[in-house]
Amino acid sequence: MQFLTDIHILSLVAYIPLAGALWIVFLVPREKSGAIKAIATGVAVLDFVVSLPLWFAFDRGHDGYQFVEKASWIPSLGVEYHFGIDGISLVLLLLTTLMGVIAVVCSYTAIGERQKEYYVLLLLLQTFMIGTFCCLDFFLFYVFWEIMLVPMYFLIGVWGGERRLYAAIKFFLYTLAGSVLMLLGIIALYFANTTGFLAFKGLGNAPTFSIEKLTAVAAGLPADLQIWLFFAFFLGFAIKVPMFPFHTWLPDAHTEAPTAGSVILAAVLLKMGTYGFVRFSLPMFPEAVKTDWVVSLMVALAIVGIVYGAMVTLVQKDMKKLIAYSSVSHLGFVMLGIFAVNMAGIQGAVLQMINHGISTGALFLLVGIVYERRHTRLIAEYGGLARQMPIYATYFMVMALSSMGLPLLNGFIGEFSILQGAFAKSFWWALFAGTGIILGAAYLLWLYQRVFFGELSNPANAKLPDLSLREQLTLAPLVILALWIGLYPRPLFDVLRLPSEKIVAAVGGRTATAPAMAAGAPPALQEPSR
Amino acid sequence: MSFRGSDWILLSPELVLTSAGLLLMMMSVSFGKAKEEFLGFVGILSVVATGVALALAAMQPGRAQPALGGMFVLDNFALFFKLLILLSLILTILASVRFVGAAPYPGGEYYALLLFAGVGMLFMVSGANLASIYVALELMALSSYILAGYFKGERKSTEAALKYFILGAFSSGVLLYGISLVYGQTGKLGLADVAQLFASAERSNLTMLGILLILAGLLFKVAAVPFHVWVPDVYEGAPTPITAFFSVGPKLASYAILARIFYVAFPKFAADWGLIVALVAAATMILGNVSALLQTNVKRMLAYSSIAHAGYALLGVLGFSNPFGIWGILVYLLAYLLMNFGVFGLVIFLESHGYAAETVSDFNGLARRNMPAAIVMLLFLLSLAGIPPTAGFIGKYYLFTAAMKAGYAWLAVLAVLMSAVSLFYYFRIAAAMFFSEGDGAKLSGSYALTAAVAICAVGTLAVGVAPEPVLAILRHCVPLS
Repeated sequence: MQFLTDIHILSLVAYIPLAGALWIVFLVPREKSGAIKAIATGVAVLDFVVSLPLWFAFDRGHDGYQFVEKASWIPSLGVEYHFGIDGISLVLLLLTTLMGVIAVVCSYTAIGERQKEYYVLLLLLQTFMIGTFCCLDFFLFYVFWEIMLVPMYFLIGVWGGERRLYAAIKFFLYTLAGSVLMLLGIIALYFANTTGFLAFKGLGNAPTFSIEKLTAVAAGLPADLQIWLFFAFFLGFAIKVPMFPFHTWLPDAHTEAPTAGSVILAAVLLKMGTYGFVRFSLPMFPEAVKTDWVVSLMVALAIVGIVYGAMVTLVQKDMKKLIAYSSVSHLGFVMLGIFAVNMAGIQGAVLQMINHGISTGALFLLVGIVYERRHTRLIAEYGGLARQMPIYATYFMVMALSSMGLPLLNGFIGEFSILQGAFAKSFWWALFAGTGIILGAAYLLWLYQRVFFGELSNPANAKLPDLSLREQLTLAPLVILALWIGLYPRPLFDVLRLPSEKIVAAVGGRTATAPAMAAGAPPALQEPSR
Repeated sequence: MSFRGSDWILLSPELVLTSAGLLLMMMSVSFGKAKEEFLGFVGILSVVATGVALALAAMQPGRAQPALGGMFVLDNFALFFKLLILLSLILTILASVRFVGAAPYPGGEYYALLLFAGVGMLFMVSGANLASIYVALELMALSSYILAGYFKGERKSTEAALKYFILGAFSSGVLLYGISLVYGQTGKLGLADVAQLFASAERSNLTMLGILLILAGLLFKVAAVPFHVWVPDVYEGAPTPITAFFSVGPKLASYAILARIFYVAFPKFAADWGLIVALVAAATMILGNVSALLQTNVKRMLAYSSIAHAGYALLGVLGFSNPFGIWGILVYLLAYLLMNFGVFGLVIFLESHGYAAETVSDFNGLARRNMPAAIVMLLFLLSLAGIPPTAGFIGKYYLFTAAMKAGYAWLAVLAVLMSAVSLFYYFRIAAAMFFSEGDGAKLSGSYALTAAVAICAVGTLAVGVAPEPVLAILRHCVPLS
């Protein structure tokens, strides 16, 4: 582990895609599309391979950030280049590097024009996303958080569907509007730590943007100030998640984005918001999170998101839009778990972030595959595909089941753990959220039925080829992960346990884990730890 | 009134630039239209020589003490602004060379007037006395009026000059009236003397009126609401390199005196003028950004965008009680100079290819026609919208910080939301460049213009990624003397 820290493994993982992007920009002419794809793939795979040792070297018994890198960046402001990860960032980081490979490979045939720019932007986006998960300095975090929007804007705007311009700018403006308020929150914290602002006397410490230090400072602030700051950060994160009622950018962006863009959006970008809640909002503003009306509001928005999202999903006629809306519902579950603020809730939420990345990412891939063949995503255009594309139908089945939370697949573990956490707080939370699961089964099974079963009535579908080897290669890792998490989630819970405990403890919840934990059963299957 | 020998050295930059302007006037008589590029070259050389003189003056011991009987001061604040002004002059000349060469008017006067405006600005930022500030301001303003009407045969240019002149003269009158009221109260014109007398004085209506009129006069110069109506017409009508110059140079100098007068002379009444400045800043940001949303003409859109930016910069004037205010003004104006000039550089680039750059659609497909130009333009637009890691973000960060620290949290909230709104119109240009198809012709710019844009681009990125060298200098610029 020391060796990995010494070679600056996190910076390496973060900047390998950037180096690849620069390589393509300066050294590869735009006509050589084969070389561009090969380099982009090679770089993405290399990045994933380099990130893998983190999983094995990560010390699960160590409470705190690991693989830490620190260097002075802007001393005048106290800004540092500070990287480090804990269990939560680790799993999200690995999800990002894996999705990076899949996003590149799934674009070979889907993207026909301006390929050079496309792969450069994908790789840049990769760097910025990884950077965001590794940051331990607020200033740096904000830089990555904002700059990330730019490549995504262009991915949607250049290679997107018909309404791409509208979707791209809407995506950018919504997320930007939220994050600038977060910037003011960060500035307020900065002054709280140093010389004070408004009526609040500062602590007189040296200026810093260190996330660890400012978290401690924030947690000691008076309750009313914490609530203000909580909402400054809330808008930034809630729009990104997106929570109801800030979700309207998501269906547009998802639907219009090219397949790889949707995959990255669903698998990684949405997680930035929930990650923000787990990493910042909870430990920084415990007084706000303990305030009844704040929690009630959050949980109410989460539950409305779950139920409303699922109901809107039911009536969609466009497959991609259907899956996009299902994200609103799924992310509502994650938010519910987070604001249950207990071990089961938080671990379940983080796990569900991963699960959503896997299953929704895979579903977007699958929709992209038929879209590439038929150039339509309307459900009515399909029907009876199971006969024509049996392999495709199988993959779709597995991922749909995973998304609806069938036992033995990943979704079940996450949703169960979240419901367990919610139940520990209130029966009603769990009850309302549970209806979301039922609706989820309804819209996915109904979708499946309409697309795959019945007669192959539309002659345009009669000649559709089944999955190619490349397409299977993009899907197989996700299926394996779904099965692995569904059958044996313990390694993930191990990684998430200490950071989750820390967060729960920060908010003043009970962290005691039931004795069964030691016996090896996943906590999701244990008594709720109340 | 004492005059020391060493004062000459402190004045040397202004003297060099004045002589160079006179020299250019004479040369323009003997040079034909064909050799005008050489005059531009002389102009750049004289600005460089002024820079050398400035370096000599900066090394002079005790330079921060008021010189020329308290009229002139070369503190670090002034030094920083002088560097920015010289940079803006160099950029303007670089952007003008081909432009002036192609226009059917004598180029010598153009460069000479530019340098005279520069002299006025150099004196402004060093002004420690209301009288010297006013005279310097007029030197800058009169040169600017003529420059706006440089295309004398063109209706729009003449109209711009006339509007600029009438409104400018009116605002100068307002400023002068305010100065006279303050003088009547205190019997002094030196900023430090005025502050000293005000420190023990009661707050009187006459004093408040004087301060208000001075503020109004200066707000006109920085184009803040409600004194902004001249901006779109003048920006649209003036020759584009001059518009680029107007959008940065005179603004820099006006902000310098605005900050200096209100920080040094009127700190006692900060509670009174602070609220007015806050309201003006709010109105300026809202009106600038919202009006820019509605524009289809690029130059008018940039005019409204520059009004909005004037509003952001006012946050720095508010940050009175904390150094972040002055720091914010300095670093933001540096960023603004680089990014705004860069954007205008691209507009000039398109104009030199026969596109009027009147509408956003003139930018269509720029990415295909000249990818580096499109990427650089994107960088400037991101910086104007305050997206990291660019100079614009660092500047805005300081300004937001200053407003928060000064207790104007509501204004900071408004400012960040407005800067999110601004992204919408800036990215209309980005969308045109990258998403739309233009005609296929490849474009390339002149060397001089490319150099100007490259300086701006490198600066915008460097200040954004590695701001420390600049920020380290800032710390020495406070307090003002």
